[in-house]
Amino acid sequence: MIRTENLVKSFNDRIVLNNITTVFEQGKTNLIIGQSGSGKTVLLKSLVGLHPIDSGSIYYDDVCFSDLNFKDLKRIRKDIGMIFQGGALLDSSTVEDNVKLPLDLFTNQTEEEKLERVNFCLNRVELLNANQRYPAEISGGMVKRVAIARAIVLNPKYLFCDEPNSGLDPVTSCVIDNLIKEITQEYQITTIINTHDMNSVMEIGDKIVYIHKGNKWWEGSNDDILRSDNKELNEFVFASAMAKRAKLATL
Amino acid sequence: MRFFEFLGKYYILMTKVFSKPEKIKIYRKRILFEVEALGFNSIGIAAIISIFMGAVVTLQMSINLESPFIPQVLIGYATREVMIMEFSSTVVALILAGKVGSNIASEIGTMRITEQIDALEIMGVNSAGYLILPKIIATVLFFPFLTILSIGIGCAGGYFVAMFTGIMNPDTYIDGLKMDFKPFSITYSLIKTAVFAAIITSISGFYGYYAKGNSLEVGKASTKAVVVSSITILIFNLIITQLILIG
Repeated sequence: MIRTENLVKSFNDRIVLNNITTVFEQGKTNLIIGQSGSGKTVLLKSLVGLHPIDSGSIYYDDVCFSDLNFKDLKRIRKDIGMIFQGGALLDSSTVEDNVKLPLDLFTNQTEEEKLERVNFCLNRVELLNANQRYPAEISGGMVKRVAIARAIVLNPKYLFCDEPNSGLDPVTSCVIDNLIKEITQEYQITTIINTHDMNSVMEIGDKIVYIHKGNKWWEGSNDDILRSDNKELNEFVFASAMAKRAKLATL
Repeated sequence: MRFFEFLGKYYILMTKVFSKPEKIKIYRKRILFEVEALGFNSIGIAAIISIFMGAVVTLQMSINLESPFIPQVLIGYATREVMIMEFSSTVVALILAGKVGSNIASEIGTMRITEQIDALEIMGVNSAGYLILPKIIATVLFFPFLTILSIGIGCAGGYFVAMFTGIMNPDTYIDGLKMDFKPFSITYSLIKTAVFAAIITSISGFYGYYAKGNSLEVGKASTKAVVVSSITILIFNLIITQLILIG
């Protein structure tokens, strides 16, 4: 479980996140949604410590993440997996080496054990026969799968995904969404996904936090969204005519 | 003011670069990879430039020292001294600042803007150490070999000129190469090369590591890395020469 209390973050006196207090639950896919520029990426990067926060607190279970020193921070990072928007695979390493890197750095396993784990994770994301290929030689969907495999190779307790569906076709997006949801439930991970893909919201949004102009505007589940009368949320989620018709039909 | 900001950020980065590695074995692998990428792949350009420079220096010397009062053996001697004292260390380092420096800055800069460095940080990896330290070690260890190679090839270039143009007797040129040889000159040249290697990789790594924005910014970072590395090499050339040769 990850909890934030009165989280504030600003850049050059411009407040980007204003008093965000929320809880992201374990074993659930927690979604952060909001318009472009609303502050959701800043929130995600603040949660993993890539952006130092101005005030407030971030708790990873009972540990106050925002107060940790460098050494303790390093220790907790081994429990964190992150999938970046573009995959962020190391260009000069093969698929296998990318997934193996955390094992090389933080475990004392033998080469055979490491390869076994790498192959297990690549099988888990249904990526076969790509071990020796470089990131430039595989498709966008495959890059995302490799990124997921790398993120889960150390059995993380917390998984962060920054727009995992961006640039993917609807079918591949669904596959990636379902994969993340399955992994979350299977390993009881606290997963936080930053997205503005409404399919993801409706399909896998166990808990949704809507960020509007740097404020937490609304939170609830994907079922709650259909019944919500929050004006800004409805304008965002049901922006298209088709989505509006779908909501009316559901109600 | 910006100079002091640069110094401060450079110092902070270097403390991260030289902090204890996560696993020595991984760094050893990366050092070998960088020796090939930054060292072996620079042999060609260093060799081509050295052979032509050695040839040109020999030609220039023979034209400028054409006098019955100056023995021809001095042409070989002068070529050797030019190659050892300045060309094979300083000029080759300036050329490598262009080739290797821009390579490092653009590689690390691209990793920064495509969030590869963030990914390493999230994993708990000291990204600065992981990316920059192996490059520094690889170049500091390998560039001195390039210098030795450059000295040898440069002197050979002069020999070929003597042999094929007939401007002087090749045997006299060889005698000149052997004349009054001080082994310390080689030590001086190698010390300079090692310092220049550290300058090129650390400054280029710095500009790449702090690159932000888009590919345009990476290009700018790469250019800055080459310019600043080159100027720093020239300044340190003066300082090291003063310290070692004049004392």
